[in-house]
Parts: sequence; C-alpha cells; structure tokens
Amino acid sequence: MKLMKPIIGLAVAMSFGVAAQANAQELRVGLSAEPSSVDPHYHNLGPNNAMAKNIFGRLMTQDESQRLKPDLAVSWKPIDDLTWEFKLRQGVTFHDGSPFTADDVIFTMERAPNVPNSPSSYSTYIKGKTFKKIDDFTVHASTEEPYPLMPADISTVAILSKKAAEGASTADFDSGKAAIGTGPFKMVEFVKGEKLILERFEGYWGEKPEWKTVTVKPIKSDPSRVAALLAGDVDFIDDVPTTDVANLIADPNVAVSKKVSNRVIYLHMDQFREETPDATGNNGEKIKNPLLDVRVRKAISKAINRDAIVARVMEGVAIPAGQLLPDGFFGRSENLSPEPYDPEGAKKLLAEAGYPDGFKLKIHGPNDRYINDAKILEAVGQMITRIGIKAEVITMPRSVFFGRASSGGPDKTPEFSLILVGWGSGTGEASSPLKSLLATYDKDAGMGAANRGRHSNPNMDEVLKQALATVDDGEREKLLAKATELAIDESLGIIPLHYQESVWATRKGLTYAGRSDEHTVFYTVRTAK
Amino acid sequence: MKPEATAEASAGGGIAPAPAAAKVQTPFQRFAADFLESRIAVVGLVITTIVVFIAIFAPLIAPTDPFDLAKVDVMDNLIAPGDKNFAGDFTYVLGTDGSGRDMLSAIFYGLRTSITVGVSSGLIALALGMSVGLAAAYFGGFVDTLIMRIVDIQLSFPAILIALVFMAVLGPGIDKTIMALIVAQWAYYARTVRGSALVERRKEYVEAATCLALSHRRIVFRHLLPNCLPPLIVVATVQTAHAISLEATLSFLGLGVPQTEPSLGMLIRNGFDYMHSHKYWITFFPGVALLVTIVGINLVGDQLRDILNPRLQK
Amino acid sequence: MSVFIIRRLMQSLLVVVIMSFLVFMAIYQIGDPTDLLVSPDAPQEEIERVKRDFGVDLPFHEQYFKFVGKALQGDLGNSFVMNDPALQLILQKMPATLELAFSALFLSIVLGIPLGVYAGLRHGTFSSKLIMSGSILGFSLPTFWVGLMMIMIFAVYLGWLPSTGRGETVEVLGIEVSFLTWDGLTHLFMPALNLALLKISLVIRLARAGVRETIHMDYIKFARAKGLAYRRVILLHLMKNIMIPIVTVIGLEFGGLIAFSVITETIFAWPGMGKLIIESILLLDRPMVVAYLMITVMMFIVINLLVDILYSILDPRVRLQDVKS
Repeated sequence: MKLMKPIIGLAVAMSFGVAAQANAQELRVGLSAEPSSVDPHYHNLGPNNAMAKNIFGRLMTQDESQRLKPDLAVSWKPIDDLTWEFKLRQGVTFHDGSPFTADDVIFTMERAPNVPNSPSSYSTYIKGKTFKKIDDFTVHASTEEPYPLMPADISTVAILSKKAAEGASTADFDSGKAAIGTGPFKMVEFVKGEKLILERFEGYWGEKPEWKTVTVKPIKSDPSRVAALLAGDVDFIDDVPTTDVANLIADPNVAVSKKVSNRVIYLHMDQFREETPDATGNNGEKIKNPLLDVRVRKAISKAINRDAIVARVMEGVAIPAGQLLPDGFFGRSENLSPEPYDPEGAKKLLAEAGYPDGFKLKIHGPNDRYINDAKILEAVGQMITRIGIKAEVITMPRSVFFGRASSGGPDKTPEFSLILVGWGSGTGEASSPLKSLLATYDKDAGMGAANRGRHSNPNMDEVLKQALATVDDGEREKLLAKATELAIDESLGIIPLHYQESVWATRKGLTYAGRSDEHTVFYTVRTAK
Repeated sequence: MKPEATAEASAGGGIAPAPAAAKVQTPFQRFAADFLESRIAVVGLVITTIVVFIAIFAPLIAPTDPFDLAKVDVMDNLIAPGDKNFAGDFTYVLGTDGSGRDMLSAIFYGLRTSITVGVSSGLIALALGMSVGLAAAYFGGFVDTLIMRIVDIQLSFPAILIALVFMAVLGPGIDKTIMALIVAQWAYYARTVRGSALVERRKEYVEAATCLALSHRRIVFRHLLPNCLPPLIVVATVQTAHAISLEATLSFLGLGVPQTEPSLGMLIRNGFDYMHSHKYWITFFPGVALLVTIVGINLVGDQLRDILNPRLQK
Repeated sequence: MSVFIIRRLMQSLLVVVIMSFLVFMAIYQIGDPTDLLVSPDAPQEEIERVKRDFGVDLPFHEQYFKFVGKALQGDLGNSFVMNDPALQLILQKMPATLELAFSALFLSIVLGIPLGVYAGLRHGTFSSKLIMSGSILGFSLPTFWVGLMMIMIFAVYLGWLPSTGRGETVEVLGIEVSFLTWDGLTHLFMPALNLALLKISLVIRLARAGVRETIHMDYIKFARAKGLAYRRVILLHLMKNIMIPIVTVIGLEFGGLIAFSVITETIFAWPGMGKLIIESILLLDRPMVVAYLMITVMMFIVINLLVDILYSILDPRVRLQDVKS
C-alpha cells in the first residue's frame, strides 16, 4: 500500500503533464469511422483511402474537388492509343530515408491487386494494365484497348516502398513496420478501435503540415463527437450531423467547413419485373408493375419537393439534384436541372399511365448509411402519398438492407421495388455512376454492378460504350453528358434527390479545406491567419 | 429424489396462516384494502390507469394520426411547442419532430407501441421463465441441469444480436421486437425463480406436501410458487421497465420498431439528434412520458410485492 | 465440491459446442457480408474472389466444420474487416471492458447495498421514499439517453470531466488499467456510472426487499431480544440472509454488464470489446461475432459457477450436490 502512493502521485503528475502539453503542435481528431487497416491496399473503403492520403503518396492525387494534380508523378500523358507515360518526381524519399524510384511503382502495382483476404481490393483499378519501368523515373502503363480512365484509376493506388513492404502482410502495416510511405505524416502507433498516432515527416517533399503529432480517436456516435469538440477534448471532427450545423456555425468557439460531395442520393425503381413485390392495388390486390411505365417514374419525380427535403430534412446542408454529379464535375450535363415540384402534373401523369387513384407501394431504405437517410425516405413517402401512391416506409440497418436490395429476391435478383440509395463517384467523373447504376446489367462485362433497378436503355449503353473508349477528354466529356441526359431525361433510370454536403468542424482558430470525396486529411488543417 | 432434512430448520417456517380478520372480508376486499393503504401506490395506480387508457384509446384522443403519411408534412417539422403549422390552421401544443409529426399525437401513439411491446413481451417472458425455473428447481437433477444450461446459453446472447437475427430473418416490425425481447428476458425470470425455489424446496412445508402425496402440479403452483413470488415481482417490475427501455435501446441502434411508427423510445432517440441544437421538446416530452409510465408501473409493483409477500404479513 | 466443479466444467464444454453451432447458424442467417464490404462498383469476379477468400461460398455444414476444425486448434478465424485474428482483437479490448464492468459493479455494490438496507430499515420515512424514487428514476431512463445527458452536463456545460475515450493507462501485471491515474479515473467515472445506474437501482430494490422480509423473521427478533448489538444483528444476521438474491442477480448482471456495455462504450467512445462487437455486427463481420459470443459464453459459465459456489457458502441449505441426479 505504501508503494502505491508514489506510483499514483507520479501517474497523476504525468497525466497533468500530458494535458499541459496539448498545444499548437498537436492536432487531436475525432473521426466517425476509423480505417480497418493502414495497409493502403487492403480495403478500398473511404476511411482507409482517406487515412492513406496522410501517410502515402500516389502518382497523381485528387485535390479538394477531385481534380488530378501531380504527386509522385510530375507529368502523365498518353504516348499512343494504348500506352500512358508517367514521369516520376526526383529526389523524393520515403519515411525511412530510402529514395523513391520506378521500382517502387512497379512493386506497388504488383502488390495492390493481390492482398490476401482483402474485403475489397484494388484489382478493379489495376487489372488489364501492364506496367513497365523505362528508367528510374519513367514508367509506362499499357492496356489492350484504348483506356481513357488510366490516370483516374492510377490515382487511387498508394505507392509503397519496395524495400519496406516486400513480403509484408497487412498486420505488418498496422504495427507500423511496413507502413513506410512518402506522405506528409509518418505512422507512429495504431491501436484499432482506440487511437492512431501520426507524426510529421520532416523529409516530406511538399509543403509540410503544421502539426508535429496527430492523435486520432474514433468517436462513432454523432452527438458524442460533437460534444467532444464542444468540450475541447478534440480539435477537429468530421461528419458533423446536419442538425448541429447551424448551431456550430453560430458558435464563436467553433469553425465549420462545408463542401458539396460527389455523392448523389437517389431512388432506384424496379424496371425489370412484370409484377413487382412491393406494389399492390388500393385494395391490396396484385397489379402489374406500375414502375415499368416511365410516366409513373416521372410522376414520382415530380411529386418530390426537393427544396423541402433540402431545407427541412437536411437543414440546408445539401443541394437539390437533377443528375448524377453536382456542378463542376467532369461529364456533367448542362441541360439537366432538378425536376421542379409539381404535384398536379404528377397526378396527371399517373392518371395518363392508368392509375388515377394511385396504388400502394412499400418503399425501402437504410437507416444508418447516408446522412438522414431514414428521414429522407419518410419525407419521400409523405410526398408520393399526396399524389395517390400510398406509401409504406420501411427502413433497416445497412447490414440487412444492402444484401437484400442487391440480391434478396428469387434467383439473387434485387428484392425491393423502390429503394433510396446513394452513389459517390470515387473517380470524380460521370462514368462511374453511369457504368454502375444505369448501364444495362451485365454480370460478365462488369456493367450495371449496382443497377438494382435493372434499368436498361440501349441508346444510353451505346453512347456510354463510345465514351469509355474515347481518350480525348473534351470529346469524352460530351459523350458522358449525352449518356447522362439519355438515362435521366429519356428513361429516368433513377430519380436523383440531392447531393450531400460534407461538413467538418474545428475549434476556433483552425481551418479545414473541405473535400468533395468526403475524405478527412490532416495536412490541410491549418491555423487561420 | 427425496429432500433430506436440513440440519438448520429454515427460519420462519412455512406460510403463516392468515391472521384472523376482525370483519368478514372476501380475499379480494382484503387485497384491495391492503393496496389502498399506501397513498403513493394509489397515485401509481392512477398513473398506470391513465397511461393504459391513453394507450388503448390513442386513435380517438390524439389530435392527429402521426402514422398517416398523408397527414404528416415535412414542411411542418421542428416547430416549437405552441406554434402554428405551416398553413397556420393548427397549433402544435408540444411542437413537432424532425419529420413533421405532432409530438402530442406521437407520444400518445408511441405510448401505445411501448406499452404493447413492454407488457406483452414481459408477460410472455414471465410465464415462460417462471414455468421453466420452477420445473428446474422442483425436479432438480437432470431437468435442472439441462434447463439451467439452456439458461446459461440464453443469457450469453446479447439482446442486440438476437434482435439483429430476427430482423434479418423476419424483417423489422413490432412483433419481431416483442419476440426478441421475450427471448432476451425469459432466462432472467427462470434464473430468479429457480434461485429462490431451490431454497423453498428444502423447507418442511414442501416436504410435508410431498409426504401427503400431493400432485406435482399442486405442490409447484399452490405451495412453491407463492413463496417464490416476492423476488419474482421485484424482477418483473424491473423487467417491464427494462423491456420498454430495451426497446428504446434497440431503436437507438436502428433495430427497433419502424421509423414511421415510433415508440416512446424511438421518439427519444430521434430527439437526441437535436440535443446540441436546443430543440429540447423532441426528446424531453417523450422522455417525461416514458418516465411517468415506468414510475407508475413500479409504484403499483412495489405495493403488490408488499401485499403478496406472506412473510411481511403482520 | 471438486466433483461438482469437474462435472460443471464438463457440462460447460457441451454448452460451448452447442453454442458454437447456434451462433454459427444465427450468423449464417443474417447474411453474407460481401455486399457490404466490397466496393459497390466492383465487378462480379471481385465479389466472387472475396466470397472465396472468406469461405462464405461454401454450404453451411462445410463452413461450420471448417470453423470447428480451426477452433479446436485455438483459431477462431480472422476478422473479415480488420484481417487480424478475431481472438486477439477481442482479448486486446477485454481489459478495457472488464475495467468498465468491474467499476460499474463496484459502484452498484457500494452505493446500492447501503442505500437499499437503509431504505429497508427506515421503511416509510422520507429518506427511504427518496431513495426508492431515485432508484425508480435510475432504471426508468434509457442508458443511452442518460449517457448523453451526462456528457452534455458534465463535459460540455460544466467542463468538469472529459467527454469521451479512455484516459492515461498504466500497466499492472501486464494489463493496461486506467483507474490508477487521475486522467484515467476522470475518463472512467462517467461511463462506469452510466453503466452502473440500472444495477444500482436493482441492488437497492433487492436489498430493501430482503431487509423488509428478513427484519420480521424470528431469528432477528430473537437476536435482538438476546441483547445483541443492533449493528451486529444488521451486519451479520441480516446481511447474510439478504445476500442470496443479491449475489445471484449481481452475478447474472455482471455478464449483462459486459454484454450490454455496447451502448455505454458506443456513446463514450470507450475502446472496449462492446464497441468492437457492435461495429462488427453492423458490418456482419462473422468471425468477430462468433468469437465474441464464444468468449462471453465461457465468461458466463465461469460466473455462474462462482455464483453457485458463493451460494453454498452463504446458505448452507443449498448444497452443490443438488446438481447431481
């Protein structure tokens, strides 16, 4: 017992010492989701990709608005239809002091698609490409078909040090042994579910971050995360809930940053079954699938008051959507705008389609995936009920929802008739949602992988195919815009509702440059001038 | 299986004969008189009655139907208590929530949902757990071992997992929440009943009953059960309250009742998102309703326990 | 006694085996995690590769036997999401949860029993009524609501305590504990109290009920009549007799504290296994869920065994041989 006293005394002194040290050199962060690993090739997942940006460099990196800018490659260009050339940056060193060369790139591209037990690998971005070292600072990548998305694909892959990562397992990264990159921060310690500590890399080739150390704590619960910021326990949080945005903006001790994200929230409707499970007549009798009729889909779109959803449910933290990507993104159509709220027009269209008295419809969505997802679905339910489509709103956790929405029906078909989902374009351009959500479902060709409504418009498929083979940026952008117009305006394959806005908050005196890819990185957190 | 005579005679002995009443009373009259002795218990009874009344007649007394999507308008969301709606022809006494539901109506309907879930799951779990626990204690041996091992297994399942399994297999809904809560609760009753019955079984009155060759059923239900009741009632009142709050917790995790038909717990949970933005009414009023309900039930339970406990009779 | 313990351990083994089957079946029912984990734009071949790697493409019985084979060698599989051995991940987080649960248990005993006994002895007085009303409040409000309110009041408005997380830890016998540092204690207090609240109320009620029953017993009257000191009667004779239901319930509730610490841990971002498991459930990380449940089953078995042994010590009338047929 006598021994304990000095120990406790010492511990108390130590803990006070630590508290006193929390100064301008340290950034304390509360994140809504932590990475599942710091191995940047293990899991293609938002939090992992975001964390990797702090530790690892890429050949090209996406800036706040997902435009490509040079990172470890100083330039990239197609040298013929099938080959791209990447000129690498010279004089860059890894965290362990070894130099960065083409060998590291070749090694990275070999490892990235082949990480054992990866829950979602990067093979999608690397498959079908051959990488060749030309000299120490030149790499060629070739494909068998013209492939315009080469730079976008390559920009997703974090570059590893061959010396440190050869033969390393995912666990070696989490222990810090193999987590050697060229990024602005070095990894110090990662205790899953508890903390992740980074330290400034003094040998970083670019602009060095302000923070000597960064301590990251996962705080999943929204109100708790906000409370941690308000209580001064952390300096920086991500995923600020919409309900708190207005207050935090008004709070003099807090600074808020917002950025429209690449994620569109939309409704997907069963467009392939003659009889759809969730739609019944007004007396519960079986009816033909009304959603097959584009007029019914149009009616639903007109019935939705997007401004009301944005203003009321999202508390202003979203932007009404009329297509797949918000302003400023590549491949967006200039001719599409959000469908205006027109309940009378909607009723007329319903009557024309043969449903003057509407029908009954169960609508489904997740309740823990997108910002305010369940409340949005409820508002949609209210709005379509007002034009005669008597809605029953069913929400469920994403663990249950996505499996059923993708393959819960007979023969692994999508189970539901109308769902609320979202799509973020990782590459920051329109081919991603077009290919995955709207192209005719073709398992083997990798088209329509997330086309849960099985929308099919051959005209659009044709234009999209052309776009995906056009290397010229200007030409491709026009084709993507055309494909978008066909899918939305002509066949209304999905009903876009709004684009999410991502919100971050810092304590007073700091700023963060919000990112459209929803990623939270620490090197752009700065002291306000 | 014969109970051996214990060295130390159990203190107090069996059921004391009811004291001779001065006036001739029916058992119910005596029971009612005992109950009404405590003023606070009467308050509890009144509260419980009102709550149950509201729960049953919610559709008739609520100003609006909060489950009818055609009548709920998101344009009316987050209105403070006492303010008028968007169109200006209706006053929301307790304000509205994030989806535009009238809080007063939502609380009435939510009460209905919560009471249904809490009471029905509690009663079924009680019946189930009680029979199983008594059987285990009375028969002992293999039956006891088997049952108690099942209880062990049962108790090691977190209720959250049970609910998730039910959700996945059957889909969301009130009935599934009730089932999940029954599965989550019955073992507690079984364990408690068995614990006290194990002590009671050793006592002379059971031995005497066994010697009289009374049927198993009669011994268990007429002799063993009444003596096991006091701790069971304590657990039952706690559990009913617990069931209602467990349902709220499940809703907190997104596994409870449907979003469009919120229980009190769900309303509180929804209001929570607004805790930093000073829209107190969304979580405060349902919280008060929940509190009052549970307190009412417990006050009644407390008094019942005191009356039913044979050892407390003066 | 030892025969009893050996017998119980044998039965427990059987329980673990049955349990593993039930858990596996339940998890199998919930669904396939692939849809959730694979990036939604991944092509079919990638989805199939992941299913193969995880072994979820096999029929149920093959998956189960594969699992049992590995489990017999002490390998409960790797987390789908984090790729580390599930057992290791959980054991890493266990000290934090146990610390939280023991602190809650400690609080519920040191607050619950004295308050309950006091309320029982002073039945009908104002202070007794106050305690009982307090206990009713204690379990009337959902844990998560109370937790957030505590953060709001003590961390945000008053700024007395840190809002979330675990504080400074020190290593004692190879285990990281936080209750020996001031920083750790301040972090521990709110979550422990939050978790304990319901249990405190329960212990108060049980203790009070026990006292009210026992106080009228002849042997208490006899002891008093014999002239034994009031204090001695209460502490020795009365306490011994009211402890049985309390021990049972506390024993049971301790497992509950661990299982249901998920809520408290989620709200206070306490890095324990409860938080880990709820995240694993939401991601359908099967090996994690199975491993967690197996571990909790074993903990329960041990706790129940201890409760039964304690029983026999507290009340000689209950004999452990009862379990034998």
